[in-house]
Amino acid sequence: MNVNQSAPPVPPFGRPQPVYPGYHQSNNYGGQPGSTVPPTPYSTYNGPVPGYQQTPPGVSRAPPPSGAPPGSTTQAPCGQAAYGQFDQGDVQNGPSSTVQMQRFPGSQTFGSAPVAPVVSQPAVLQPYGPPPTSAQVTAQLAGMQISGAVAPAPPSSGLGYGPPTSMASASGSFLNSGLYGSYPQGQASPLSQAQGHPGTQPAQRSAPPQASSLIPPTPGGPRMPSMTGPLLPGQGFGGPPVNQPNHVSSPPQTLLPGNQMNRPPGPPPSMHSSPQPGYQLQQNGSFGPAQGPQPNYGSSYPGAPNFGSQPGPPQPLPPKRLDPDAIPSPIQVIEDDRNNRGSEPFVTGVRGQVPPLVTTNFLVKDQGNASPRYIRCTSYNIPCTSDMAKQAQVPLAAVIKPLARLPPEEASLYVVDHGESGPLRCNRCKAYMCPFMQFIEGGRRFQCCFCSCVNDVPPQYFQHLDHTGKRVDAYDRPELSLGSYEFLATVDYCKNNKFPSPPAFIFMIDVSYNAIRSGLVKLLCEELKSLLDFLPRDGGAEESAIRVGFVTYNKVLHFYNVKSSLAQPQMMVVSDVADMFVPLLDGFLVNVNESRAVITSLLDQIPEMFVDTRETETVFAPVIQAGMEALKAAECAGKLFLFHTSLPIAEAPGKLKNRDDRKLINTDKEKTLFQPQTGAYQTLAKECVAQGCCVDLFLFPNQYVDVATLSVVPQLTGGSVYKYACFQVENDQERFLSDLRRDVQKVIGFDAVMRVRTSTGIRAVDFFGAFYMSNTTDVELAGLDGEKTVTVEFKHDDRLNEENGALLQCALLYTSCAGQRRLRIHNLSLNCCTQLADLYRNCETDTLINYMAKFAYRGVLNSPLKTVRDTLIAQCAQILACYRKNCASPSSAGQLILPECMKLLPVYLNCVLKSDVLQPGAEVTTDDRAYVRQLVTSMDVAETNVFFYPRLLPLTKSPIENATEPPAVRASEERLCNGDIYLLENGLNLFLWVGASVQQGVVQSLFCVSSFSQITSGLNVLPVLDNPLSKKVRGLIDNLRAQRSRYMKLIVVKQEDKLEMLFKHFLVEDKSLNGGASYVDFLCHMHKEIRQLLS
Amino acid sequence: MATYLEFIQQNEERDGVRFSWNVWPSSRLEATRMVVPLACLLTPLKERPDLPPVQYDPVLCSRPTCKAILNPLCQVDYRAKLWACNFCFQRNQFPPAYAGISEVNQPAELMPQFSTVEYMLQRGAQTPLIFLYVVDTCLEEDDLQALKESLQMSLSLLPPDALVGLITFGRMVQVHELSCEGISKSYVFRGTKDLTAKQIQDMLGLTKPAMPMQQARPAQPQEHPFVSSRFLQPVHKIDMNLTDLLGELQRDPWPVTQGKRPLRSTGVALSIAVGLLEGTFPNTGARIMLFTGGPPTQGPGMVVGDELKVPIRSWHDIEKDNARLMKKATKHYEMLANRTATNGHCIDIYACALDQTGLLEMKCCANLTGGHMVMGDSFNTSLFKQTFQRIFTKDFNGDFRMAFGATLDIKTSRELKIAGAIGPCVSLNVKGPCVSENELGVGGTSQWKICGLDPTSTLGIYFEVVNQHNAPIPQGGRGAIQFVTHYQHSSTQRRIRVTTVARNWADAQSQLRHIEAAFDQEAAAVLMARLGVFRAESEEGPDVLRWLDRQLIRLCQKFGQYNKDDPNSFRLSDTFSLYPQFMFHLRRSPFLQVFNNSPDESSYYRHHFARQDLTQSLIMIQPILYSYSFHGPPEPVLLDSSSILADRILLMDTFFQIVIYLGETIAQWRKAGYQDMPEYENFKHLLQAPLDDAQEILQARFPMPRYINTEHGGSQARFLLSKVNPSQTHNNLYAWGQETGAPILTDDVSLQVFMDHLKKLAVSSAS
Repeated sequence: MNVNQSAPPVPPFGRPQPVYPGYHQSNNYGGQPGSTVPPTPYSTYNGPVPGYQQTPPGVSRAPPPSGAPPGSTTQAPCGQAAYGQFDQGDVQNGPSSTVQMQRFPGSQTFGSAPVAPVVSQPAVLQPYGPPPTSAQVTAQLAGMQISGAVAPAPPSSGLGYGPPTSMASASGSFLNSGLYGSYPQGQASPLSQAQGHPGTQPAQRSAPPQASSLIPPTPGGPRMPSMTGPLLPGQGFGGPPVNQPNHVSSPPQTLLPGNQMNRPPGPPPSMHSSPQPGYQLQQNGSFGPAQGPQPNYGSSYPGAPNFGSQPGPPQPLPPKRLDPDAIPSPIQVIEDDRNNRGSEPFVTGVRGQVPPLVTTNFLVKDQGNASPRYIRCTSYNIPCTSDMAKQAQVPLAAVIKPLARLPPEEASLYVVDHGESGPLRCNRCKAYMCPFMQFIEGGRRFQCCFCSCVNDVPPQYFQHLDHTGKRVDAYDRPELSLGSYEFLATVDYCKNNKFPSPPAFIFMIDVSYNAIRSGLVKLLCEELKSLLDFLPRDGGAEESAIRVGFVTYNKVLHFYNVKSSLAQPQMMVVSDVADMFVPLLDGFLVNVNESRAVITSLLDQIPEMFVDTRETETVFAPVIQAGMEALKAAECAGKLFLFHTSLPIAEAPGKLKNRDDRKLINTDKEKTLFQPQTGAYQTLAKECVAQGCCVDLFLFPNQYVDVATLSVVPQLTGGSVYKYACFQVENDQERFLSDLRRDVQKVIGFDAVMRVRTSTGIRAVDFFGAFYMSNTTDVELAGLDGEKTVTVEFKHDDRLNEENGALLQCALLYTSCAGQRRLRIHNLSLNCCTQLADLYRNCETDTLINYMAKFAYRGVLNSPLKTVRDTLIAQCAQILACYRKNCASPSSAGQLILPECMKLLPVYLNCVLKSDVLQPGAEVTTDDRAYVRQLVTSMDVAETNVFFYPRLLPLTKSPIENATEPPAVRASEERLCNGDIYLLENGLNLFLWVGASVQQGVVQSLFCVSSFSQITSGLNVLPVLDNPLSKKVRGLIDNLRAQRSRYMKLIVVKQEDKLEMLFKHFLVEDKSLNGGASYVDFLCHMHKEIRQLLS
Repeated sequence: MATYLEFIQQNEERDGVRFSWNVWPSSRLEATRMVVPLACLLTPLKERPDLPPVQYDPVLCSRPTCKAILNPLCQVDYRAKLWACNFCFQRNQFPPAYAGISEVNQPAELMPQFSTVEYMLQRGAQTPLIFLYVVDTCLEEDDLQALKESLQMSLSLLPPDALVGLITFGRMVQVHELSCEGISKSYVFRGTKDLTAKQIQDMLGLTKPAMPMQQARPAQPQEHPFVSSRFLQPVHKIDMNLTDLLGELQRDPWPVTQGKRPLRSTGVALSIAVGLLEGTFPNTGARIMLFTGGPPTQGPGMVVGDELKVPIRSWHDIEKDNARLMKKATKHYEMLANRTATNGHCIDIYACALDQTGLLEMKCCANLTGGHMVMGDSFNTSLFKQTFQRIFTKDFNGDFRMAFGATLDIKTSRELKIAGAIGPCVSLNVKGPCVSENELGVGGTSQWKICGLDPTSTLGIYFEVVNQHNAPIPQGGRGAIQFVTHYQHSSTQRRIRVTTVARNWADAQSQLRHIEAAFDQEAAAVLMARLGVFRAESEEGPDVLRWLDRQLIRLCQKFGQYNKDDPNSFRLSDTFSLYPQFMFHLRRSPFLQVFNNSPDESSYYRHHFARQDLTQSLIMIQPILYSYSFHGPPEPVLLDSSSILADRILLMDTFFQIVIYLGETIAQWRKAGYQDMPEYENFKHLLQAPLDDAQEILQARFPMPRYINTEHGGSQARFLLSKVNPSQTHNNLYAWGQETGAPILTDDVSLQVFMDHLKKLAVSSAS
């Protein structure tokens, strides 16, 4: 979409922009809500007005959207509408890159419902585009332009801007920025409305919910009008408003007076008053304000204050605050993308397409490029030169999940067998045969798409070409027609030139006092008995080929001989932990079915045997060493499941001491907390990797266990770490067992090597994730499962050209669960651009955040936190400033203009910055930080997205009958209504927040108690009750859990309760207790930074 | 003569002591001229069914440096209730318990016939016996099976309250925990890493509980303290468990590729066994029983690498200094042996394999601790099975014929000093007034530790006469020696056996006849042989032989009657007449000749030679040969090739082998089946007679000898042919075809030639 926004269109719009800019932008946002906001703004403006109107009625968003075929999401329709209207505009956009245009449209509602979602955004863009690129995002508000994206909802918040402005005037940049922020929002909303007439409605819809939360902004009512007002002008002004915002603080006020004047004051109130019901109202309100501000720009600050008051809605920060609704809303963007792009399959045939957001459910049709489930990029349009790339500072990275699981509807990968000669590869660069290889000379040779080397086609592979130069059998061969496929590897690809034997799982259980007392050992042994029937299998295999072994340990290790011929298992104790070895060969690793009786007997006896143990000391490194040695002795790869409870203080290699020192926080030495205590684990991990020994660690600490050190081996071997602090069977059983089951059952590849090849011009230079690298190109993974992600950063080493684009090929060589050696190939083609605007239009903020978070989290190992945070902010500012400078239409410096695709960058980045790792609070333990740091390293985009910006779902807002997931609301306390119940999840935690004045009936039907006060705070399980609400909530919880790779333990939090602090920590748009900035404040700060760069 | 023979025999039966000289030359100078040192063979625990132990503690001389025990040689003043120590002349009060003492009411230890008394001590914790099995699992399947059965069987032979433990080893070493129900537990150790005792105890989790409990409450019911060790449990408790455990014992599972030896961690296994006992039961009677089926191939104590193409060291390699692992391994085992000895435990080695098993390196384990050493071809032979069973035989009292943790303390009169001891003992390094500066054997001490003892264990003890020539001893003076053996009886009681002997002094110049007549040539031969073998352990073979020869010549010169330079005039008195012959056979024996023996075999033979009593030792030096024929009853015949006749059946006992040899004619008859014909029943009886006699010997002998049944021309006849005096060889052709014997194909000198040379040298005035 961004592309659309790109320069070309700008000119036309350019004019209008001046006026509208701000508004537009904001509008745009609304329109684009989706990812690539920018363009929309323009349309939004137009839209806004209608939108508003509609919206009111709009309550039923659906209706309006109806106009838009897709209807599904409001925004989408908007977009479509917009397109319709703007068709031309589109064209304009097109200019920048016709291809894209086409795609978008196609995808968009316009062309056809299918692509709709995506399209919508583009459409939006177009509108903007014309105005000025600024449309993109330029939320006028100082930096806030972003609002555009948020448009729908945010606009309402526009009010907020007002206040900020005042603030701004008063004090520093922040305030100002705040003002700006307000603008954009306002604008955005309007824009969306404007454009989409119909479409807008949808946008509004999304907004409404937010609005609802916002309720406070009484001004809403008045705003409504204002909204309209602005809208009208908006269209025209698209540009202007923007400028105003830029004006900075002052503008807001002026704005008010200006076009939108009306809105701010009047409308908002009205909105609010009436509105609660109508979400739209709020929106309107917000719009109003937004617009207002813009006008204000011109006017004096004084005006701003007023605005502020409006925003007042967020009661806490009355006048001066920027209206949160006016700044880009992640929720809105997500909703819009869902609506626009969720319904049509994403077809991968075209180069450089931006896929739908990770939060959107969509199907993928592989037509030559790898599915976004496997690879996502920060940008699908790569600058042709490194100069451009440097200027933009947008990291070029791909987030690769080579073994990602596919939904059942999508076909699993084809396995190609090239026989004894092995997969066909380029002779020079060793790239594997893929759809981009060019066959020439009648099919007798092929030219490598990566290095241009011309290779002979082996006779058995020869095939004639058709008139287009394609092989006749292209569609019969997955490697010539698909983006992802697998090769069967020949013996040349195996260690020691021997086909691998089936892998093994070794369960290594801590049986020290703590483990026994907490009931862990008993629970685990009981569970293992049945779990062993569910070991992963290959395809249709009847029985898993995986062998299992058992070890228990405290400060010595106990191996078990469970050979099937034995009547009783035999235990072998190895006390020589300093020099670990495996005491037995035969009978340690066994087939589950053959040795079932012995294994069962063993698992029955383990808890008994140690029931009286007094041993509190444990070892750790020797345990891993033992597992690794066992695999080595058995000559196979495999996985160790370690269940560990305490800091390994027993005398042994890898012995650790308690070095947790909170005094180090915020000092230069803080980084040592993240570094392993000793290099021993690194060495050990290296050996593990060489053996293909993956380590999964389950921790059950009661106190500091030095996760930073203990997780080194899992981290480097592609394993996972699970942590259950203060484990108690009653409370944590469900969570642990669920994680364990999933971890044991998940399909996994062993002894893997991954290599990313690129076409000439760029090169993979940096890798993030859970793996080990012994050279600069090969990612070695002892184990790799479907959830592990590797983020790869690229850099230019030459010029790219637009015609050829850029190609990536990720080849993963691994051993399957059944011991089969395979190669999995993912290919992806990207566009290249000579215009920065193209880059900005084809970015994915979620992926960008994924990269930046990983980058920052790795940075904490070597640099003080402050440096890391500053680097992040600086980079972000640079990115946005570059956009502003090169792509956005000229506007006042006070305006914050964000690219549509990146309008969420500030909010997300803020979330990263205030995450526990980068800004620890008093209650966050060192272990937790290390744990999270480690987790994030291998998260995919969807996980980082929700992890940094949790989902907050109101449960009682929508009718019970409504089976679908309720639309999320923004993660801010302001959005919570004390009469409601909310679910909050971030992939690791799950809270059920109960407002203090929730209806008794609801309390009764959910908790089976008669009043709010009787609800047990900190409850972990909802009673199973037979009523629709209870069923629905529990169903929803189950659903959420199913979506996440780890089981989320539920915590019921009551409003005003002690536990609420914990919960509030996840309301990431608010100021956090440990000093994290609120969204609004941060946006202002960002704006200031950008302005500094620009000046 | 008869009187001396009787005297010697009587003394041996009563005291278990045989002196080389029964009348002692009274000065140092004269003593050295006697050539054969004043020495004795002591069998400390000689079975004395007629000797009931007394139930009180011995009375000690109060002089701290003496502490001799009241004995029949002491002067007693019954009225003053005083007694004078006959060693230091200290006058001592009798203890109160002896208040009623008088000429007519003497305690046993004062009666002359009780020159040997055994006291049962009343104090001291009684600890059960401990048997720790250390079992090699790198065996062939049937070998292992046989061994397992033997071990299981042994459980029923152990005293019920004895503690048993099990360690198995192969590539790894496993210490089995015996107390557990259900799951069988073992501690596993890497077979390549040497561990200190402390480490072993830490790793076995022994450091905390065992020690303090034991020491703190000796008074507790006897069982309690010992339960604390999970690895050593009373037999009656874990009988079933252990039987099952042994039954389930698998062969070492680690693969052995072609051309390799299995990896066998004997060194570490022993080290762990030693460490385990050291930590749990120091100074308690315990046997570590090592069963091994091959050489240690890894870790400390490694004797040979695992490459089959590298053969295990031979004497040839050792002489060429080409046995690079030997020294290191020997050092390892010596260190273990010394530690074990310090702790009062003993190590038995049962090595059964066709090839060598490293006994050479490990020998010290058995030698220094008084353990058994058994060498066989396979655990699946009766040789091993019966030998092993015989360890658990019982004496007339129903007690095991084994004793533990003994210390032998020797006191002498002033004219004598102790030069050393040779036998299964280690020095305790107790210096004292009666310790000589000249060492013979293990010297420099008056006390030795003998960790494992049985009723036949015999030490050679060497003395030095220190009385100066110018300080003559009064006529009729007697020298006295007291042997005090403090040990743990197999019934777990602590006991002390005290033997006090005295012999007359005689002036060698005036009374040489007396001294000569009192010479015990058998004892002297054995004692000299022990010295020779002891030297052979550290010196080159030829040097030892030369030394022996020189001693023999000197002896002959001293005691022979001859005219100078006239060999034909040479005569020896009866008391010396056999001595040269013993020496002749000793020179040919496997104890001094390594040719045709592997280092392991040599070590094995020497081990037994250094601990058997006089009779057995003599058999080893000069095997016994019996002849069976129709001409009369079985008779002993000369160990000579001339005894090998066609119509005889020969039975030879070399201690290690029992050979039945059928003469040529007899063999033909048997082949023809005459023995099955009723009319030739006498032939059948003739064939049967040596078998029965052999059986009798087999029954009594420990270790079981190798039983060889062969005939003229049989390959195994070599055992016989190699032993007999080669009076007829292919060289003296005149014997060819004569009926008088069989020629031996050898270049060895015959006894005749040897004697001729001896005479010549003895009478030569040149020397």
